[in-house]
Amino acid sequence: MTKKADATTAPEAATAGAGPDAGTGVGPDTAAGPDTAEEAGGAAGPDAVDGLDRAPLLELDPLLDDRGTRIIVCCGAGGVGKTTTAAALGVRAAERGRRVVVLTIDPARRLAQSMGIDSLDNTPRKVDGIKGSDGGELHAMMLDMKRTFDEIVEAHAEPERARAILENPFYQSLSAGFAGTQEYMAMEKLGQLRARDEWDLIVVDTPPSRSALDFLDAPKRLGSFLDGKFIKLLMAPAKVGGRAGMKFLNVGMSMMTGTLGKLLGGQFLKDVQTFVAAMDTMFGGFRTRADATYKLLQAPGTAFLVVATPERDALREAAYFVERLAAERMPLAGLVLNRVHGSGAARLSAERARAAAENLDEGRIVDQGDGKAGLRGSPATTPELETEPEPNDLATAAAHPVPEAAPTAEPAQETDVDVRHLTAGLLRLHAERMRVLAREQRTRDRFTALHPEVAVTEVAALPGDVHDLAGLRAIGDRLTAGRTPSA
Amino acid sequence: MSRLQVVSGKGGTGKTTVAAALALALATEGKRTLLVEVEGRQGIAQLFETEALPYEERKIAVAPGGGEVYALAIDAERALLDYLQMFYKLGGAGRALKKLGAIDFATTIAPGVRDVLLTGKACEAVRRREKDGRPTYDHVVMDAPPTGRITRFLNVNDEVAGLARIGPIHNQAQAVMRVLKSPETAVHLVTLLEEMPVQETADGIAELRAADLPVGRVVVNMVRPHVLDEAAVRAASGDHRDAIARTLASVGVTGGTRLVEPLLDQATGHARRVELERAQRAVLDGVGVPSYELPFLGDGADIAGLYRLAKELRKQGVGA
Repeated sequence: MTKKADATTAPEAATAGAGPDAGTGVGPDTAAGPDTAEEAGGAAGPDAVDGLDRAPLLELDPLLDDRGTRIIVCCGAGGVGKTTTAAALGVRAAERGRRVVVLTIDPARRLAQSMGIDSLDNTPRKVDGIKGSDGGELHAMMLDMKRTFDEIVEAHAEPERARAILENPFYQSLSAGFAGTQEYMAMEKLGQLRARDEWDLIVVDTPPSRSALDFLDAPKRLGSFLDGKFIKLLMAPAKVGGRAGMKFLNVGMSMMTGTLGKLLGGQFLKDVQTFVAAMDTMFGGFRTRADATYKLLQAPGTAFLVVATPERDALREAAYFVERLAAERMPLAGLVLNRVHGSGAARLSAERARAAAENLDEGRIVDQGDGKAGLRGSPATTPELETEPEPNDLATAAAHPVPEAAPTAEPAQETDVDVRHLTAGLLRLHAERMRVLAREQRTRDRFTALHPEVAVTEVAALPGDVHDLAGLRAIGDRLTAGRTPSA
Repeated sequence: MSRLQVVSGKGGTGKTTVAAALALALATEGKRTLLVEVEGRQGIAQLFETEALPYEERKIAVAPGGGEVYALAIDAERALLDYLQMFYKLGGAGRALKKLGAIDFATTIAPGVRDVLLTGKACEAVRRREKDGRPTYDHVVMDAPPTGRITRFLNVNDEVAGLARIGPIHNQAQAVMRVLKSPETAVHLVTLLEEMPVQETADGIAELRAADLPVGRVVVNMVRPHVLDEAAVRAASGDHRDAIARTLASVGVTGGTRLVEPLLDQATGHARRVELERAQRAVLDGVGVPSYELPFLGDGADIAGLYRLAKELRKQGVGA
């Protein structure tokens, strides 16, 4: 079963050489902080699940406090809360005294606002309202891929050539965000931020890619493209033409470029060639930086956090990440499991809760179904009920309203029905909650069975969205609260 | 119903599940639908619990009433090689191009080519006919990229038609655009009743409209029944605790007092959610797009759940 699932989830994993043994490579790297592994063993808690390996606990505070941690990368499937996690970690680290910059890729407007920044842009902006005693600071920015690309061109080419590149139609489409550009630029930006050395911690969110690890592949792909024969082929006619690429495709051009020309139209190919020729001197730099960033991601100061929700798809993607990171020898700190449901009343099973709710409903039918009489009106009459001493006989409770407590029979009857209706509702909600809990537990167990070495922290589901720093702070608390949320 | 149904949505809203349910729902009474995926994630195979889909149209489900659902995972590289073969009879040369990195260039680095190939393949399936002249597929349902990228994805052909100003790619891009902007196509956006997905849906609709792409429906997914409202919970959190404990005991649920507090906590969370959902529903009403509503599946989206959602969609008029 798991084998099949793996094969279907991650066709790329196979080609990348992440075989069945890929997971084992994670082991030694897992301990992001030196003390994480041992502590986690002890902290597994009293409620270890029957027979199944309990994943070690991912402790984020030691990771954030460790001055050796310089980069935290949050990755995971779309919609699991990567950006929110990155922002919450940024706030927490800053309030624990670190100088942090959060690089977000595509934050929801609300999230940008929650950091007090209405218009995040390509420059890190200081976030106000950080409460730290140790001089911690938080800066936040949003990747503008076109701006980042433009800046590279401007920084590395003389003005005239830079202008030629910036005006090239192919460049304009490429930089405006077609597949892959965002990933290159995210990694480029990360490299830049790290090189500036103004922050002692960079928290980076990863692009919502079509395939989750595009940001890892992008620099490599760029490199192999730039080194490849194809680009030399593309550049050949332009070079022959003397003035960079201004010459039309010449007759002697190879059949390959001829085919491409037919396919794409001559003008398009000409644009590409002009672009490639103009970028020629910059390619070396791209490649060097891409390699440097890749090495940076493997360095000991880097920690990857895989973010997921306890849903099948998200955890499948997470498993794929874990395997890829191991194959790339990238240091995985652990898994952040967002939006986990818990229950303080977990001892009451779904089945019992549902049966009890049905029992109460039947009671109401006996009671002529006037349960609709409304919860709205009667809460004020409740204190009397507390003196009502006959809880055990269902029939009596249903058929006869509280005899001695109520001043008149009618409101008392209504109140009684209200409580029954309400209690049935509570039970029904609980049954639903327990069902969700069981499903989430199954999906988690499956992940843990596949990757028992991956440390996990669970974040309780919030009823609403985050709107401000306080909200991010609350998520930070939950991120570091240990396991088994009860919300 | 439009022939090409494009399903997008924010990550985590269940767009693959909705696309699959829609394909099932449309396959009524002997109809045949094709479910395509374009992001190489093999989400369809996982959902239908089958092996990874090859680049080949393959029957994966039979709908109640005898309809059939076919599935296809479109692979840009294979689509390009097919295309070269089809138009240029380039069997061997295609492989040579691949070796040179040209195919890789075209499908991963050259702006938009990849998306042109993916949308092009879907449109080809829409237009394809059998020998007797009937369309091969009554409907094509696409599990498309997420809301944040959908307009650019669909509109890429316009851009490419501008970049490659002549040649077959230009013609192809224009032909695709004609299908995508016609009533033959409907773009649906899947959302949850939560703030971020709803905001993204509203933004996505505005973008689609600005690009003249036909907006279909908003699909509100994972809708939970409202068991208790805020008034009820407030009443309970007042002085009803003991009464609730006794009522619990009356139906054999012991440990009442210790249970009441967590049960009320859960109810408070539920009530707050109900309120938030109400507000989000109002935002969605504001965008003026008709919607489908699909229930939350407590056991997750497995095959049984998929058929249930398809039935639900039919009840709401899909395939009628």
